[in-house]
Amino acid sequence: MHISNGLLTRIVFLSSVIALLASAPFFVSNAKSPRQSTAAPAATTQQPFAPITTPPYPTIQVPPQRTALNMVVLDPAHGGTDPGARGAQGIRESDLVLDLAAQVRRALEAQGFQVLQTRSGNENPSFDDRSTLANAQRGAVFVTLHISSTGLPGTVRVYSIPESNAASAVAGILSWNHAQAPFATLSRKFADAVQGQLAQRFKGSPSNSQTASIRQLRTTAAPAIAVELCSVSVQDRTGLDRMMPAAGDAIARGVVAFRPSYVLPGEAGPHP
Amino acid sequence: MNGNWRTWVLVLLGIAVVIAAIYLPVLRRRVKVTAKVPQPTEEQARRELTQAVSQSPLDPVVKARMFWMSSEDESALAPVAIDLALSKDPVLRAKQTLNTLLAGPVDSDLRTLPPDAALLAFYLLPDGTAVADFSEALATSTPSGIQSEQLAVNSIARTLEANVPQVKRLKILIHGQELDTLAGHVDLTQMFIVDSKAAQQGALSLDLPVRTTIPAAMAPANSASASQRR
Repeated sequence: MHISNGLLTRIVFLSSVIALLASAPFFVSNAKSPRQSTAAPAATTQQPFAPITTPPYPTIQVPPQRTALNMVVLDPAHGGTDPGARGAQGIRESDLVLDLAAQVRRALEAQGFQVLQTRSGNENPSFDDRSTLANAQRGAVFVTLHISSTGLPGTVRVYSIPESNAASAVAGILSWNHAQAPFATLSRKFADAVQGQLAQRFKGSPSNSQTASIRQLRTTAAPAIAVELCSVSVQDRTGLDRMMPAAGDAIARGVVAFRPSYVLPGEAGPHP
Repeated sequence: MNGNWRTWVLVLLGIAVVIAAIYLPVLRRRVKVTAKVPQPTEEQARRELTQAVSQSPLDPVVKARMFWMSSEDESALAPVAIDLALSKDPVLRAKQTLNTLLAGPVDSDLRTLPPDAALLAFYLLPDGTAVADFSEALATSTPSGIQSEQLAVNSIARTLEANVPQVKRLKILIHGQELDTLAGHVDLTQMFIVDSKAAQQGALSLDLPVRTTIPAAMAPANSASASQRR
């Protein structure tokens, strides 16, 4: 049986085509099998109420709102049954600081600040009540006003709480008893700014602020300082009365000088 | 008889001259030795009068450093070195030191603590936490003011730091009670760091208060309650 070359070629070609067509599903199924093999177990473990995954919403980076310093909480210390330091001829610290607060308030309001006072009469709020008023404000600083028993008359000292590495505070939680800890560095800057202004007005006053463990400042969650005029040991209060307008003006200037540095913890960058 | 009497008188006078000749150089030497012995200063004499009863004659005399008010700056402290017999036991040593501090300097204007204040008790925990319990006069007689109160607390802390190295932290009680403040300003609810090295290394500044819990057993049980004052 003779088969011509042309016929043989055609038979081989057709056989190859048929074989290729017949094996095509095999290749296709092999190519799909990895996905099917992984999809199948997934289908068996799929929960009936599996959460529907949706692509996340695009996040928009909003620059944090920086709080501006626009309020000063003044704290005339003592009051009520607590007269504070007492001097000759019945001079009482609790009375004097009310007059001092009035002078400071006048100077601050002239600079455009809103002013709150922890007391305006002869009452004695607790330390925590005074701190509560300050801690409820935003964009505020706290200034507690005192007259000392000792020290060179005619001088003024400004104090802030000693700075720490906040070791006593639990991370992420601002304890009431250590509310001042995150603000300690800022308070020191604030105290230096005010002390610098007061030193220019009152000779003999230190040029830098000092640190002291002042109870009132510890629970205040804001830049907080204590200003102490010297002293109730004078013969009469005339000298202290003369100091008050200048002290009020210097404190207000100190607040203005501090304003560019007022960046609360968690708010980045200084204000322009 | 008259001749014998004169002879005896002359013999006795001769003996007296010989004794005097022998004794006078000895007396001169004694005077010189006495002159070389340093006379107790007014400060030392005062120390002897005010010394605590806990002092033992076996305690070695050391140069103790007391921090009283500086004579040049009444807002600052200045160390004064005095000879003081101090025990090697840290608790006794702290009591002796604080009693001397309370006694005050010769110049009473430079004292930092009221003259009527007294140390009632002193405890030292193994971790260096000290508890000093003072009489109520410390709170009632310290002049009210940030400067005067901070000076009082710092004088206690720095004197302990200079003389009792085992003390790292200090808690001040008034008549066995924790007060809010000393005299209206300085916070007594917290601890004061005494060890300045620890403060520099890490952690806390000299007068930064640290909150810790004091074992209830440490407070004298029968102490009268001190009034809370601002």
